[in-house]
Amino acid sequence: MPRNQKIKKVLVIGSGPIVIGQAAEFDYAGTQACRSLKEEGVEVVLVNSNPATIMTDKEIADEVYIEPLTVPVLEQIIAREKPDSILPTLGGQAGLNLGMELSEKGILEKYNVNLIGTTAETIFKAEDRQAFKDTMEKIGEPCAASLVVNNVQDGIRFTNTIGYPVVLRPAFTLGGSGGGIAHNETELIEILTNGLRLSRVGEVLVERCIAGWKEIEYEVMRDAAGNCITVCNMENIDPVGVHTGDSIVVAPSQTLGDKEYQMLRTSALNIISELNITGGCNVQYALHPETFEYCVIEVNPRVSRSSALASKATGYPIAKVAAKIALGYTLDEIKNAITQKTYASFEPMLDYCVVKIPRLPFDKFITAKRTLTTQMKATGEVMSICDNFEGALMKAIRSLEQHVDSLLSYDFSELSRAELLAQLEKVDDRRIWVIAEALRRKISYEEIHEITMIDSWFIDKLAILVEMEQRLSNEPLTAELLKEAKRIEFPDSVIAALTGKSEREIHDMRYENGIVAVYKMVDTCAAEFAAETPYYYSVFGSENEAAETNPKKKVLVLGSGPIRIGQGIEFDYCSVHCTWAFAKEGWETVIVNNNPETVSTDFDIADKLYFEPLAPEDVEAIVRLEKPDGAVVQFGGQTAIKLTESLMKMGVRILGTKAEDVDAAEDRELFDKILEQTEIPRAAGGTVFTAEEAKEVANRLGYPVLVRPSYVLGGQGMKIAFSDEEIEEFIGIINRIAQDHPILVDKYLQGKEIEVDAVCDGTDILIPGIMEHIERTGVHSGDSISVYPAPTISDHVKETIVEYTKRLAQALHVVGLINIQFIAMDEEVYVIEVNPRSSRTVPYISKVTGIPIVDLATKVIIGDTIRGLGYEPGLVPAADYIAIKMPVFSFEKLRGAEISLGPEMKSTGECLGIAKTFNEALYKAFLGAGVTLPKHKQMIMTVKDADKPEAVDVAKRFEALGYKIYATRSTAKYLQEHGVNARRVNKISQESPNVMDLILGHKIDLVIDTPTQGNGDKTRDGFLIRRNAIETGVYCITAMDTAGALARSLETATDTLTPVDIATVKNL
Amino acid sequence: MKAFLILEDGNVFTGTSIGSAREVISEIVFNTSMTGYLEVLTDPSYAGQAVVMTYPLIGNYGITPDMESGRPWPDGYIVRELSRMPSNFRCEGTIQDFLTKYDIPGICGIDTRALTKILREKGTMNGMITTDENYNLDLIIPKLKEYRTGNVVDRVTCGEKHVRKGGRLHVALLDYGAKNNIAESLHKRGCEVTIYPACTPAEEILAAQPDGIMLSNGPGDPKECGDIIAEVKKLYDSDTPIFAICLGHQLMALANGFDTHKMKYGHRGGNHPVKDLETGRVYISSQNHGYVVDTGTLDPKVAKPAFVNVNDGTNEGLAYVGKNIFTVQFHPEACPGPQDSAYLFDRFITMMGGDK
Repeated sequence: MPRNQKIKKVLVIGSGPIVIGQAAEFDYAGTQACRSLKEEGVEVVLVNSNPATIMTDKEIADEVYIEPLTVPVLEQIIAREKPDSILPTLGGQAGLNLGMELSEKGILEKYNVNLIGTTAETIFKAEDRQAFKDTMEKIGEPCAASLVVNNVQDGIRFTNTIGYPVVLRPAFTLGGSGGGIAHNETELIEILTNGLRLSRVGEVLVERCIAGWKEIEYEVMRDAAGNCITVCNMENIDPVGVHTGDSIVVAPSQTLGDKEYQMLRTSALNIISELNITGGCNVQYALHPETFEYCVIEVNPRVSRSSALASKATGYPIAKVAAKIALGYTLDEIKNAITQKTYASFEPMLDYCVVKIPRLPFDKFITAKRTLTTQMKATGEVMSICDNFEGALMKAIRSLEQHVDSLLSYDFSELSRAELLAQLEKVDDRRIWVIAEALRRKISYEEIHEITMIDSWFIDKLAILVEMEQRLSNEPLTAELLKEAKRIEFPDSVIAALTGKSEREIHDMRYENGIVAVYKMVDTCAAEFAAETPYYYSVFGSENEAAETNPKKKVLVLGSGPIRIGQGIEFDYCSVHCTWAFAKEGWETVIVNNNPETVSTDFDIADKLYFEPLAPEDVEAIVRLEKPDGAVVQFGGQTAIKLTESLMKMGVRILGTKAEDVDAAEDRELFDKILEQTEIPRAAGGTVFTAEEAKEVANRLGYPVLVRPSYVLGGQGMKIAFSDEEIEEFIGIINRIAQDHPILVDKYLQGKEIEVDAVCDGTDILIPGIMEHIERTGVHSGDSISVYPAPTISDHVKETIVEYTKRLAQALHVVGLINIQFIAMDEEVYVIEVNPRSSRTVPYISKVTGIPIVDLATKVIIGDTIRGLGYEPGLVPAADYIAIKMPVFSFEKLRGAEISLGPEMKSTGECLGIAKTFNEALYKAFLGAGVTLPKHKQMIMTVKDADKPEAVDVAKRFEALGYKIYATRSTAKYLQEHGVNARRVNKISQESPNVMDLILGHKIDLVIDTPTQGNGDKTRDGFLIRRNAIETGVYCITAMDTAGALARSLETATDTLTPVDIATVKNL
Repeated sequence: MKAFLILEDGNVFTGTSIGSAREVISEIVFNTSMTGYLEVLTDPSYAGQAVVMTYPLIGNYGITPDMESGRPWPDGYIVRELSRMPSNFRCEGTIQDFLTKYDIPGICGIDTRALTKILREKGTMNGMITTDENYNLDLIIPKLKEYRTGNVVDRVTCGEKHVRKGGRLHVALLDYGAKNNIAESLHKRGCEVTIYPACTPAEEILAAQPDGIMLSNGPGDPKECGDIIAEVKKLYDSDTPIFAICLGHQLMALANGFDTHKMKYGHRGGNHPVKDLETGRVYISSQNHGYVVDTGTLDPKVAKPAFVNVNDGTNEGLAYVGKNIFTVQFHPEACPGPQDSAYLFDRFITMMGGDK
């Protein structure tokens, strides 16, 4: 079927802010799909509230709306743009839900728009629990049997029909509390009775227990003519019970015979056909490890995280093909972009093995439970490719950037055998390291399998790695042994440590013996057809097939690795734009990255893509082959910056700001000299290594002080300390990992926080705009609400900031980007920190000013000047829009995580509110972040003493909005004394009804809880209140400034929001 | 023990010996399936060939009951890595032991991707697997160039007729090297299947008055099967419904005067898209063939293309005009590979006048 010519203008819905479970993969899918639509001459209207994405660039779509993803906003955009079709399958669950709502509310019909890529009926059949079960039953596809019961008898009766064990999930309880697995009737009665009591609605779901079965996924494509193919299957090393997003995944499946493989494949095709899906679909299965029995766990009728992984694992561009299918093409009409010989209607064949490891945020949230469950917790992931499983696993481990490089990186050797076995029972992110230790202790495969249910094939592979550790420790290092260690991707550093040699010696021995990495191509077809696409991975002991190219100019772009809190999708945005800018200038571009969710690892972004760990050794091998004329490190976040020194040792020229100048900004003493020389004030401080030194500095400066490690992103480990005890605690946490660089201790100043991103060509600077944070200093910039143009600072402060920026950029000899954070206090400006590199705010500020910052920075790096590029140096006049960046958090996904805001960043994503007025922009920003108040118009306030005066104003404003205010004792007293009708509630420890009952009663909209510093019961109470609020879906604010902003937003709430087409915004 | 794979173009790959240490010369072909190595090993169509598996991790689930015939057939087996510890609830042993038991030599630890690229670029060629470190290329290469596979159907067909009991419809299956799942697919659909040796005279088959005749897959160059082709022509002339797969499809084409030719490197794997020209639908098929029917030699009055390969446009099936005969180049019986085209067995059942 040829393309449907009636489709001329398509509205594409994005997935909104990055949260755990919905991340960069949708930017990748959306960007690819938009490009694919535009290729077909379709006009693309894009809506996504996330400004950090590439898909919201005006180059990607024709009209771009960075607006809240709500039905009223979409309706206005539809009314204004009059698209003929809507593509909802590329924006994750958010996009799908919106598509469904638009259909249900009659909006599609009203404006005569069609859903393409899926139908409302398909979404309903796949998403509605009962409809899905009925559909599966109809075509004979088994699901795990389940029933909602409201008494014990029904539970027993049902369980007797399906058999033990069963999983019990009480409805509406905190984080699934009160649930469990029952193996017999006694346990069933006990857990069920308890669960029924705990459930607010007295309901418990009884479900057949499939925990421990193999978890297998299939990525399937189907066109409107009914042709179906599977792109890839994947096997989770962690059996059912761990969310697939948190599992270590291997592609293709390793332990399935053809019979199992084809059985599930046929099932997946039956399902996609029955659901009548046109596009991509993901089917998840539980497969019994010892029979052919299986259950369908879930179907996602859209592109997903797994489809992004499958695309990168195979080279098959799922989103691109899905977009073409939505336009009416059939699979046999769409060319395979990799081979250019075959068509989209064939199944990729891999001749390598792919391993994905999730990036979990437990280094950020040290109080959060590390346990992995069916609730996803990972913020990102890494992928690696090798011709053997062990090598792929080793490469993925070192790609994580979590101070791990082998199976020795977590030390469990202190545990007794019994403790070790107990540790094996715990399903957390360190499980493979625990298994490795068990193998070192000669615990049998059977015993490990019995406990973990991980297939023995994988256990044996871990054993091969452990055996290699032992051989390296015990045997003389021969070339033969070294060769074998490299085949399974032991890094030189680990080999050095195990053999007692230096890394240099290992390195030299390798090169002397010709043991070097070579590169193989990902070609979708296992070499059956010639492919041109330069998408490479490394292996040892084979023949190199990376094409040698000798262009005039070649640049190496270092990516930013896995998405983590503090280093998100913004840096991929920067890497991609930098690559495009180099290409435009006629350079050959080479990208190195290991994140399968991103646009930068799409095979058609750079001239060459190396899907490799961003570790010095791996980068060196690429450098030796490619011999780039230079490398850019300033766009790939801390990941790339950290490689600077190694790159210089390899003789690679660092393009843009020099390494020593980057150091000058990070190194405390050097930086102090720069400040002295430029006469710029900053908070007093000192550098320390130990807690003793830190206490000395803190006492000299006077508390509170800011404590932080150097060379980190996202304020990792940064804290405000109010006492010697806190210093002890914080320094202890920082020093859990050996620090190469000193820890900084500064006097904490509370004032307005201001941020600028600037381009500097070595002489002149260009500041696209000044951003002001709503929260005062003390809240990490990434967690603050950021307003452009800065609304409340004086012209004097603005001028000072421009002047300081210029001085700093010049003193640091910045060529490219610089990001500076300032404090403004009583008309004085202090510098907080300087980052001579791209920052989190670059995409945001680029979009709202219309100035392509990365593009300019890249051109400046190549040698152009700001004036030469047609820009007048200095601060660009402010746009006549207000653009507000709102942080978005994923706290509900991380049980036990402390949610109160502070100097360490905690947000996972961001959204934008843009409008002609501040109030509308603010309202849009809250709306985009999912804050949809009011509901019950009841709130709880519990604030620390210092915040009480400000709390009165905030409380009065909420009162005026009709809110009933509950407050704990001292807050209530203060508010009452100041004319607020606050109702006093008991503390948690006091009798019911207390503050916890209020929250659990599901009648509260909002909790304003500003945490008390220090230890003790008070903080514990606050923690419980905040956690319970978050886990019951109550919006929780921990800074008074945020509360004030929310009040303002609600005061001016309106239904008539005016969408702004970003593509038309220009700096005026 | 070291082993060497020597190609007729002079390329030598050094690896480790697996299975038998005996020396063998054979035609080297590659298969891209990621699962189903056991079905490949036991597919009689690989007789006279040494198979390279492009997927690098082989033997992960060991030897299971999923055999397509009673024994492995390839002359040699070439892999990147053999799993040292297979894991599967049905696992009965390792590939290593299996190869040793049937005296099949193999080599592992070589760059199978580099080898595949050579075969792709230069076409299928002959090669030798040897463990003799003192091999002499000057002596070996002429031998490799001379080597011809010859008629292999005789080697793989069953010795005597046997019957798979049961079912309402009676199908005569000509065993040119049939995979088990052909008979199984028919049996499952209610057929009693009589399996005949390849050289059984048409008269004997027709005398049994089967409801339909199934011509199986098999190894080698179809033109080596002159005698069989003559019998197939007689079967064509009868009014019995006929369904043919792979070699069977080629033999029927030759019997009707069409031509076949050797492909550069053939189709072997489980991912080949074939288009049903009647419906326009595309199916992913399992394939294993090195020869193909030459569409240009078709007589449109006798047969017209029914399926075409989406990748390279080669013929994948024929519908015989005015006859209850259709033949396909690919493998609807799968094993290994996708089961998408299993509906063709249903079509055959309908053709024989039976329902499923």
